[in-house]
Amino acid sequence: MKEKLVNPNYNVDIDGRNRSGSVWRWIFQLSTVIGIIALTALLLNISNSAFGYVALEAKVDPTTLTVDGSALEDQNKEQLITILKSKISDGAYNKLEKDQPFAQRSKANVYQIVVERIVRYEVKQSWSLWESLTRANEIKKESAEKYPSAKLQFISWFTSDFVSRPQSSEALTAGVRTAILGSLWTILFTILVAFPLGVGAAIYLEEYATDNWLNRTIRTNINNLAGVPSIVYGILGLAIFVRTLEPLTSGAIFGLVDPTTANGRTVLAAGLTLGLLVLPIIIINAQEAIRAVPQSLRKASYGLGATKWQTVWSHVLPNAMPGILTGTILAISRAIGETAPLVVVGASTAISFDPASPFSKFTTLPIQIYQWTSRPQDEFRSLAAAAILVLLIILLSLNASAIFLRNRFSRSY
Amino acid sequence: MAQPIPNKENSKYVLETKDLGIYYGDFRAVTGVNIPVKRHMITAIIGPSGCGKSTLLRAFNRMNELFTGTSIEGEVLFDGENLYDPSVDPVEVRYRIGMVFQKPNPFPKSIYENIAWGARIHGFKGNMGELVESCLQQSALWDEVKDKLRQSGLALSGGQQQRLCIARALAVQPEVILMDEPASALDPIATLKIEELMQELKKNYTIVIVTHNMQQAARVSDYTAMMMLTNRETHTGTVIEFDDTKKIFTNPKDKRTEDYVTGRFG
Repeated sequence: MKEKLVNPNYNVDIDGRNRSGSVWRWIFQLSTVIGIIALTALLLNISNSAFGYVALEAKVDPTTLTVDGSALEDQNKEQLITILKSKISDGAYNKLEKDQPFAQRSKANVYQIVVERIVRYEVKQSWSLWESLTRANEIKKESAEKYPSAKLQFISWFTSDFVSRPQSSEALTAGVRTAILGSLWTILFTILVAFPLGVGAAIYLEEYATDNWLNRTIRTNINNLAGVPSIVYGILGLAIFVRTLEPLTSGAIFGLVDPTTANGRTVLAAGLTLGLLVLPIIIINAQEAIRAVPQSLRKASYGLGATKWQTVWSHVLPNAMPGILTGTILAISRAIGETAPLVVVGASTAISFDPASPFSKFTTLPIQIYQWTSRPQDEFRSLAAAAILVLLIILLSLNASAIFLRNRFSRSY
Repeated sequence: MAQPIPNKENSKYVLETKDLGIYYGDFRAVTGVNIPVKRHMITAIIGPSGCGKSTLLRAFNRMNELFTGTSIEGEVLFDGENLYDPSVDPVEVRYRIGMVFQKPNPFPKSIYENIAWGARIHGFKGNMGELVESCLQQSALWDEVKDKLRQSGLALSGGQQQRLCIARALAVQPEVILMDEPASALDPIATLKIEELMQELKKNYTIVIVTHNMQQAARVSDYTAMMMLTNRETHTGTVIEFDDTKKIFTNPKDKRTEDYVTGRFG
């Protein structure tokens, strides 16, 4: 193009403007890349611990259990039961029989019991996935030197057994079923409490409340509450739900007290505490979503002679629902990963039976992870990594179902 | 409301304002309005921007108080009874005095549902399909949408959307329809359609329309209220002249009206 004759008061400098624009573009791109790197590092770090070589040493060498020349894993069910009977006490055998009669147990199950009760593998040392992949030969040599009687095995700590087994003090037989169920129960009560209360409060504040100083104070303080550290909610939950409302949270007034707990440190108390914690987040997000519904829709509805409730129910809520659900997803994700308030409320760290009712004592995944990471042995850190994978999967599937719900609601015209 | 407003077919005016003043908080937006609205007639409210035309229109069905802190002085009579009497429920006012807005605002629902919803909330028990068809017929939209009633109302063109909004208002069978610049967001062809529609509708309904477009007021209305700021400092508007549309446009009494309608002012 020919150069335009420019009034000297203007400094058009399109090149300069484009340059500074592209600098900003690079900065924004860089922030995205840093975020992606951080996420990848997190995932790699978890996988690094969750898989790898372990040196396993048996208390009783399985070769000593050979019957009629066939190795332990090749024996049939009856032979395995015979070994079991001869090696454990009658009391222990009868207890197993009572849990599930041996006649009904599968061979694999009996084999597993023999391994757990008699062979009793113990982790001597474990290596990370990175080491296992890059230094396999050295690890094999090292293991053979240090633990001549141990066998070296590449294992994944994250298995279907890990998900379905209850907590145990032995790393090899520990699982996260109790923690998963505890987390799900807790989150269920959190949602049941926080979603209706939060959406209800948001509707009131946005659609009904008049703009006076009291309501403005309430709005401001809900924003403040969302920023309160979670441990403070834990202390609040301890004071209110565990102590003051103990008859309710322990189930005493319903006559449903769990004999192993008999106090307020229950699933219900934890769910209510987390509900309180996420309530401000849900209210704020629902308020935003309701505010984003165009005023013209409300006008159209009122102009037809609709009452306030008809307007809210038929137009405001359906149009705000995708936004409300997005906010709820965020809140639930936060609640499912919360540890501190549950420690205060009194989550148990080592329980091996499933929570059976709102009045059971419980543990949750983050609590379990926290407990495992604080153990000195390496193998528990691997367990923690596997539990983190479970937590991430639960989180992602909860979010996915919420996104599915949201998309169904926003199937807009 | 405690008692329904008696439908006095013989009362002279459907709507009538008595020294009506409208306040936004302390700000007096409109003052001293005394105009009648005659049955089965189209009454236009014209005037320059910001003189309170829309505010006055919304006072007729108590829309003002919903979104802004407005209060009024004086009275708005509907068949001889004050709409602002404490015994009157604003929901019933808006049910009987419908409204069409400046920007077409169909619900994000199907065309069918846009019309059916209003009838349903008022307990309509008849044949919904027939009602939807008759409302669309009356708003001259039926032929264009009869094959796509299940499609979104938002998929229609701007002019069609506005006629859908009119059909939606008809479905609750109001006695008066208030139109707030219903054609200002539309092209000339869609505008013409709306204007023709208004001529049809006035056989069964009473219409009050706010418009910026003086040609439109001259074309469609029977009566015209000319609004103007009475005081430039306080921005308070009032009706400076009310008369037959013909008189307003050919032989206005007020010099300011003459200047405005002839384009010398405004």
